[in-house]
Amino acid sequence: MDLSAINPVLLIASLMVAATPLLLAAIGELVVERAGVLNLGVEGMMIVGAIAGFAISVETTSPFLGVIAAALCGALLSLLFAFLTQFALANQVASGLALTLFGLGLSALMGQSYVGVRPPAMARLDIPVLSDLPVVGPILFSHDPILYFGLGLTAAVWAWLKYARGGLVLRAVGENHDAAHALGYNVVRVRVLAIMFGGACAGIGGAYISLIRVPQWTEGMTAGIGWIALALVVFASWKPWRALLGAYLFGGINVLQLNLQAAGVAIPVEYLAMSPYLITILVLVIMSADKSGAPASLGRAFHASH
Amino acid sequence: MLRLEKRPQPSRALSLSTPLIAVVVTMIAGGLLFAALGKNPFEAIRTIFWDPLFGEYAFYYRPQLLVKGAPLILIAIGLSLGFRAGIWNIGAEGQYIIGALCGAGAGLAFYPSDSVFLFPFMVIAGALGGWAWGMIPALLKVKFGTNEILVSLMLVYVADQLLAKMSLGLLKNPEGFGFPGSRNIADWESATSWIAADYGLHWGVAAAMIAVILAYILLNKHILGFNIRLSGEAPRAARFAGVNPTRLILFCLGTSGALAGLAGLFEVSGPSGQVNIDFAAGYGFTAIIVAFLGRLHPVGILLAGLLMALTYIGGDIAESQLQLPAAAIQVFQGMLLFFLLALDLLTNYRVKFAIQGAA
Amino acid sequence: MKLTKLLTSAAVALGLATTAMAADKTKVGFVYVGPVGDGGWTYEHDQGRKAVVEAFGDKVETVYVESVPEGPDAERVMTQMALDGADLIFTTSFGYMDQTINVAKKFPKVKFEHATGYKQAENVSVYSARFYEGRAVQGHIAGKMTKTNTIGYIASFPIPEVIRGINSAYLHAKKVNPDVQFKIVWAYTWFDPAKEADAAKALIEQGADVILQHTDSTAPQAAAQAAGNVVTFGQASDMGEYAPFPRVSSIIDDWGPYYVARTKAVMDGTWASVSTWDGIGAGMVGIGEISDAVPADVKAEAEALRDALASGEYHAFTGPINKQDGSAWLAAGETAADFGDDGLAGMNFYVEGLDAEIPN
Repeated sequence: MDLSAINPVLLIASLMVAATPLLLAAIGELVVERAGVLNLGVEGMMIVGAIAGFAISVETTSPFLGVIAAALCGALLSLLFAFLTQFALANQVASGLALTLFGLGLSALMGQSYVGVRPPAMARLDIPVLSDLPVVGPILFSHDPILYFGLGLTAAVWAWLKYARGGLVLRAVGENHDAAHALGYNVVRVRVLAIMFGGACAGIGGAYISLIRVPQWTEGMTAGIGWIALALVVFASWKPWRALLGAYLFGGINVLQLNLQAAGVAIPVEYLAMSPYLITILVLVIMSADKSGAPASLGRAFHASH
Repeated sequence: MLRLEKRPQPSRALSLSTPLIAVVVTMIAGGLLFAALGKNPFEAIRTIFWDPLFGEYAFYYRPQLLVKGAPLILIAIGLSLGFRAGIWNIGAEGQYIIGALCGAGAGLAFYPSDSVFLFPFMVIAGALGGWAWGMIPALLKVKFGTNEILVSLMLVYVADQLLAKMSLGLLKNPEGFGFPGSRNIADWESATSWIAADYGLHWGVAAAMIAVILAYILLNKHILGFNIRLSGEAPRAARFAGVNPTRLILFCLGTSGALAGLAGLFEVSGPSGQVNIDFAAGYGFTAIIVAFLGRLHPVGILLAGLLMALTYIGGDIAESQLQLPAAAIQVFQGMLLFFLLALDLLTNYRVKFAIQGAA
Repeated sequence: MKLTKLLTSAAVALGLATTAMAADKTKVGFVYVGPVGDGGWTYEHDQGRKAVVEAFGDKVETVYVESVPEGPDAERVMTQMALDGADLIFTTSFGYMDQTINVAKKFPKVKFEHATGYKQAENVSVYSARFYEGRAVQGHIAGKMTKTNTIGYIASFPIPEVIRGINSAYLHAKKVNPDVQFKIVWAYTWFDPAKEADAAKALIEQGADVILQHTDSTAPQAAAQAAGNVVTFGQASDMGEYAPFPRVSSIIDDWGPYYVARTKAVMDGTWASVSTWDGIGAGMVGIGEISDAVPADVKAEAEALRDALASGEYHAFTGPINKQDGSAWLAAGETAADFGDDGLAGMNFYVEGLDAEIPN
């Protein structure tokens, strides 16, 4: 065993990367759930984003166009869910699961000719001088732009939900859709927009995996990250900064257990592998003392009867 | 401008006919997809829906419908109880795995016993294993108010790791030359769940049928069933009526866990035959879809389970005979769900044409 | 009742099902455990199928079903292929073992080939590849290339196949570099690109400058490239898109020659049940082009090792070798047996010098 082999600075830098797709998807879902909608299709939207971003990047050789395409495709796919749940008033749990199944299949069809292709690399934002600083350099100043975008998005969503009029309307819709409707807000429109935002974020999260974190395309490559993102939202009690914390914690546990293995720590590996999930449950139990978060209308269908 | 008007009563005629309409619409949309992939759409649809039921080798595929459908139905019946009460167990996959591990473990501990009590013992162990795994989210919810959707989901991943550990460790076949996986239980006369393998009959099929009947009686004739429905439809009214939410949570999650555990045990000791790393094939998640397709109604679930099984079996045939990619079948299944869910609207609402403003 | 009719017809027809349909064309079925687009295990089996099509043209018809779960689905898919007149069926995952045997019993005239298993029957052959021979070549290059004397190994599950690979790579790295150390990370998954990327990063950050992988995605390659000075090897497929650096060579699963030969045997009527465990010599294990990033002398040595393994003059496990606990395994000059106690097939121990423990 050689714990000194683990470099905490590099550990933090890589857990930030590991956490970014989780964070992006979770922030999107957080907004959706704040509007009172539970979309379990995050995994499906992520993987469609992953292949859309990958394909467009390869065809245009521009990773940025790829990321934009991923956001568009994620939002487009989420419209299916929006139609089912907001217009056809279908059950949200079932519609979300159907969306995941559909997305996994669709992405595999879209990606048939992209197996074994290498995508164009996205340049890191190596800020001169700053990125050479000890400790803070690798942690703060030498990542890819999407990682910073994720952090910025977290701050923006936090501020918007808290201070903007739109955020207030969104929360009102999520808390009590009947009252919001009575006040003259268009509940369905708000929710559809929220769902599309969630789809776009999940799409970008997927593209982050296929373009930056891995980078390659293979079928089913999101391997359950969308589900973890769903857990994160509740874990975070629907608060953006806690979602960031949760994403880092979850990414961190995973990176840490791999590091411990590499350092030869003799803890049974299979228990390490299940530790992120057990710790998530533990934190859920601890956080559930805080009852402030859950939007009251979460998961309930809305139909304006008058 | 289209306008929706809620029906005072769900339309009975439509609730029976919309699934058929949805299947037909899926065939059309799926046909277009298959045509876009360069396959003959009529042949593809015939291969998926007709051949397994009435084709040349239907004698083989019909029993397979039972084999594929039984675990889905058994799990979905358990889930539907909770879903009706607004209790969301989406970790049936984990309960299924633990049920299989406990049941198989209980049996293998007595290898090579030929006692007639062996199989019943395994059944009890399997049910208890699934029940215990389901009780974790139930107890946490009751004690701490923790969200059961997430706890049950997280426990799927934990169960997955345990499955790998058991296949490589404790339950590994001592005569397996170090390869992963347990002894074959299906070939072990006193432990197998098979009744008649060639005809697709095993105890899991029997259990699924029994579960359908019991669930029907429970929901329609028993006060507990009434309480479950009331809690889902009108939680406040349920509380005034004296329904104990704690007991309801424990009952629903425990029962769905036990049924999922049973499904796992019957599968591992019959059709699947052994504990192995990749034993779990997603039945726990597919069963959620089956539960909703069946509108949370026992008979509906029975039919939905068989329909889902049909698309799997027919899909595999289409893959092999027409070289359709597996992904196309997945998309096709997704479409079927979308249309079923979307058309469900017609059961509960009337669609009216109205001029904007006139309303 | 319908059921009784069904029972009798099933019994009769299952017994009688033959290969009547395939009078002119030889029909070959493939059952895959993953999608053909996985870029690794299943992808390479599908390349093997394509080699069969190429070799025999319209004299052969191939069918496949992908992503078939191990269990009743596999049994159904095999049965369906047999009913549809397949003459030969390749079942390409260890977990299909009992299902293959079951279906083979019902269709005595259909030939079955099960990959990586150990249960044979009159009409069931087993075949596998000696990937550990490729690991020996990798180990040699890795031992020569490492400057930090630390080699990272991303392993999947602790099963004999993976343990054999670790031992073989370690022995040959140690032979050329006595100071070499292995850091082993168990991912507990066959396929999770994001986790593989994290594992590679963890190893690199802890000083590994060579990464060997027993998982199929290119994620570790990309992580190595980002790090800049880390050497990798392709796994399952060539992963040539990362050549010449970081990927300096690769182990390629090449099932094509075997599939073509077995199909030919069915056509000629000479097919017999065999147990095949082929390595570099028979072409089942391919060593991908060793790139120019490897010094010329090391490349020449590696190629000589490859050729010696191919011709059979050298065995990758040649004594003296001790087990990790110091007890003797192979005496000087003795080579490892394939089967039996301490045989290669069921290998569940590390060799002496590895500073790690096998999980469980």
